[in-house]
Amino acid sequence: MSDAGAGDLPSPDVSPTPETEKYWAAAAEGRLLVMRCADCDRFYHPPRARCPDCLSENTEWTEASGEGEIYAHSVTRQMGPPYHEATPYVVAYVELEEGPRMLTNVVTDDPEALSVGQSVEAVFHETEDGEYAIPRFRPV
Amino acid sequence: MADHTAAIAGVYEHPTREAPDKSTAQLHGDVAVGALEDAGLEKGDVDGYFTAGRPGRVMSMVDYLGLQDLEYVDSTDVGGTSYVSHVGHAAAAIAEGKCEVALITMAGRPRSRSGDGGPPSGPQADFEETYGIGTVNMYALAARRHMHEHGTTAEQLAEVRVAASEHAQYNEDAMFQDPVTVEDVVESRLVSDPLHLLDCCVVSDGGGAVVVVSPEVADDLDRDCVSVLGHGEAVKHHDAGDIDLTYTGAVESGPRAFEEAGITHDDVDYASIYDSFTITVVETLEDLGFCEKGEGGEFVEGGTLKAPDGELPFNTDGGGLCNNHPANRGGMPKIIETVRQLRGEANEEVQVPDAEIGLSHGTGGSLGTRMTSTTLVLGGDR
Ligand SMILES: [Zn+2]
Repeated sequence: MSDAGAGDLPSPDVSPTPETEKYWAAAAEGRLLVMRCADCDRFYHPPRARCPDCLSENTEWTEASGEGEIYAHSVTRQMGPPYHEATPYVVAYVELEEGPRMLTNVVTDDPEALSVGQSVEAVFHETEDGEYAIPRFRPV
Repeated sequence: MADHTAAIAGVYEHPTREAPDKSTAQLHGDVAVGALEDAGLEKGDVDGYFTAGRPGRVMSMVDYLGLQDLEYVDSTDVGGTSYVSHVGHAAAAIAEGKCEVALITMAGRPRSRSGDGGPPSGPQADFEETYGIGTVNMYALAARRHMHEHGTTAEQLAEVRVAASEHAQYNEDAMFQDPVTVEDVVESRLVSDPLHLLDCCVVSDGGGAVVVVSPEVADDLDRDCVSVLGHGEAVKHHDAGDIDLTYTGAVESGPRAFEEAGITHDDVDYASIYDSFTITVVETLEDLGFCEKGEGGEFVEGGTLKAPDGELPFNTDGGGLCNNHPANRGGMPKIIETVRQLRGEANEEVQVPDAEIGLSHGTGGSLGTRMTSTTLVLGGDR
């Protein structure tokens, strides 16, 4: 996967649980998963076994397109470790094509140029231990 | 005034803003003594105890303070607004006859000891902390979206800081006592766009305490007590990916507190509004119903928040933006300044004349992920 403009962001290790391991493993393969409730047809994020809307266990992993748009973003200019040397970097909510708004980073060489509503697509960065990958986004 | 209404009999704000020479537990001790003295009560009178945050679980502080014969404890921890919730919980416990004298303490030293008091990780950690989130950038996301949807400007946010700073000049304990202008705020460096350094609250050591008592105890005390007229709280969260960053839990906590108190917005003479950031105040004022959603920026223009003559005088101690934000938890000072206003004990330059009804509003957690809102309505003579 591309690492366009992302070289400076740390990719800390994650600690998957039985509820989230599939998500992180798929990310390592360059795929973004979101969960869907088969009972109420709701897509949701972050993943969890029971639908947070209706508490049904009848939920399933689905592959997202990786397309979305910026709902809100901020250029962070001051932060403690491990991100202290990565400033300025962008944290954002990206609204996925499937619906959920996902907290993430937008990687770009020109953070000042980003705007709400801008189209972005998923990129994946391997975690430091090489076990998984972190989904982020870049401008299309 | 309903006879069953609990009352605040004593408050105390620790004067320190930097305490390298004291432990957090020691600060709890200081404020406990201060609030009990203010109320005219003694340790032996306390039969209910409430605390949250550092330095440990509630039983650690019960042990440290040597409290005996407690009949009720509560360690509800909903972030910075915990202590505002504690007042509501104490009033409910008193109404149920579970206790008669409730002591609430808070303290912390994040300025002297970085990292003192961070929240524990929850199941969301991998999906949030991984991305370099922090307190400022999470509130910055809310500010960005509010600006996008409602046209709120950086200059309007700055008005909140300006009002707080004009009040802080009369508070000799405040960390920042120099009045600032709108230009000062918008020209201060960006910490996380669109929030500037002066849109952010201080980081201070310190603490505070409150004593809530039954009406019978209040009547026996030689002290002006302030009745707890209404309380409401709510948790707002990520909503499984449907988060809306333009409002807070105050849309629910506010109406609950107003209804319980039987008041309307016109009745409110003074408001302490949690001001972790300028955007926190703008969204909260809208959500409490002091103006329409999206009009908070316009509402705060023109000195609305300035004491004593503004339409809604707020944070007359200088608030979290200028006075203190002990342990990164500003709920306790919000209660204390409201009580001072209602007793006529605020700094005289900012004392609201004949203040009868006051509002204390707390925000816990983060506008960017999940948060708690707690609203108290205080007032009335006893
Ligand atoms: Zn469902």
